[in-house]
Formats: sequence, structure tokens, C-alpha cells
Amino acid sequence: MFDKILLAVGLTSGLYLVRNLYTMLLVLPDEAAQGMIYRIMFFHIPSWWTCFLSFLVAGIASAVAIRSKSNRADSLAVAATEVGLAFTFVGLATGMIWAKIIWGIWWTWDARLTWAFITALTYAGYLMMRNMIPDPSERLRVTGVLNVFAFASVVICYKAIDWWRTQHPGAVMSFRTGGGNIDPAMEGMTYHNFIAFLLLCVVMVTLRLRQEETLREIEGLRRLAYSR
Amino acid sequence: MDQRNFTYMFYGFAAAWLILAIYVVSLVSRGRKLQDQLETLKRTLSQEKL
Repeated sequence: MFDKILLAVGLTSGLYLVRNLYTMLLVLPDEAAQGMIYRIMFFHIPSWWTCFLSFLVAGIASAVAIRSKSNRADSLAVAATEVGLAFTFVGLATGMIWAKIIWGIWWTWDARLTWAFITALTYAGYLMMRNMIPDPSERLRVTGVLNVFAFASVVICYKAIDWWRTQHPGAVMSFRTGGGNIDPAMEGMTYHNFIAFLLLCVVMVTLRLRQEETLREIEGLRRLAYSR
Repeated sequence: MDQRNFTYMFYGFAAAWLILAIYVVSLVSRGRKLQDQLETLKRTLSQEKL
């Protein structure tokens, strides 16, 4: 039953993404200054929101895991981090392609981009570090602390456009500016794609969580086999 | 400019879909491998019991 629900959510997110693709390509007009390239933002912005949310869930799960020594919470932290990292790569790739047209360069070391890069590196480091610690309880504690503190880089990345003068555009969404910086239809499209990404993210995290549980079962059985 | 704009927009869309598709495929294949590993291990352990 749960598998069917998961499949239904996955299919819904896929269909929602296709529907959004139709709207952004055939319904919404080109942007006055940027032309058609601005549509990349419909993937770029939601992917960053999704990864930030995943990292928040991962940070909270890690904190719970450390406090209650919960393997399940630790598994959720890994799952959310890995899926969040996939969305981070989407954000980085789409941002670079947009920058090549609008700025004429693929990358610049301004505060927002630098912190985005640091965020990706930090979470990739977390995942790599997990493979280096064989003892499950030590792995939970050490990497859990890293995951909790890693969220600071997400906050800095999010606020970088407010704290420093950056080449990266400032906030445009009405919940940050109070409105007037973006056409409501374009803003709505961003939210639509965010919902689709969020649904996809839930499916991915659930699948990854199951794998982590299976991995723990395998580790347990191996230990049992060796102890005989 | 418009042609280049369109090409890069296509690259952007393709990159987003491709990264997510590759991740989903890797997730599914990893899940299958883990399930196989678990079943093999369970089988081996139950045979040892006998």
C-alpha cells in the first residue's frame, strides 16, 4: 500500500513538472530584459529552496539522532542530505548556464556563489565522512555534529544577497521584498515548480531512507555472521 | 542572441532534468543491489544454521 502511495506521489510530481514545462514554455511570455533565458529560474530557484529544506530536515534529524541515539533519525539525515545535494547540483548547474548568457561568464566568486559552493562541499564532505567511520554509533555522533553545524552555511548562503553586495541578483520573491519585483504569473510558476520538486524530494528521501535501513540490516547481519 | 538564448535555456532545462533523472536511476539500481545483498546474506545465514 505504502509503495503505491509513493509511486502515486512520484507520478504526480512527474506530471506536475511536465504540466509546468508546458506553462513556462507556451503560456508565459519572455521577460523584457532577459528574453527567454529567464525561464531557467523556474528550475534554479525551486531547486535551491528544495535543497535548503532538505538540509534543514537533515540538520534537525541529526540533532534528534545525537540526542536520542536514534538510528532511524540518522538514516533520515543521510537520506535528506544526499537528496538535498542532488538538488544543490541542479541549482549550481542551472545558475551557471543562466550566468553564461546574462553575465557572460560561467562563474564568479561573489559571496552568494562562493557560499553555495561551500555548502555543496560541506554536505558532500558529510556523505564522504560517513563512509570513513565503520562504527555506527561513532558515525552517528561525529557526522551528526557536522551536519548540524553545516546548516550554518545554508543560512549564510541564503542571506548572502542581503549581507553583501553580490553580482548574484537580489531577492525578487514577494515574500522577501513585499512585492513589485516580479510578475505574479512568473512568481506563481516558481511556486508551482517548487511544489513539484518538493513532491519528488519526498519520494527520493523515502526511497533513500529505506536503503539506509536495508544497509543497517546488512551491517547487523554481517556482524552476526562474523561473531559466529 | 535569441538563438543562443534558446540554446542555453534548453541546456538549463536539460541539465536540471538530467541530474534528477540520473540520481533517480542510481537510487533505484542501488536499492536493487542492496536488496540482493540482503537476501543473499539471509540465505547464507539460514543455510549455516541448518
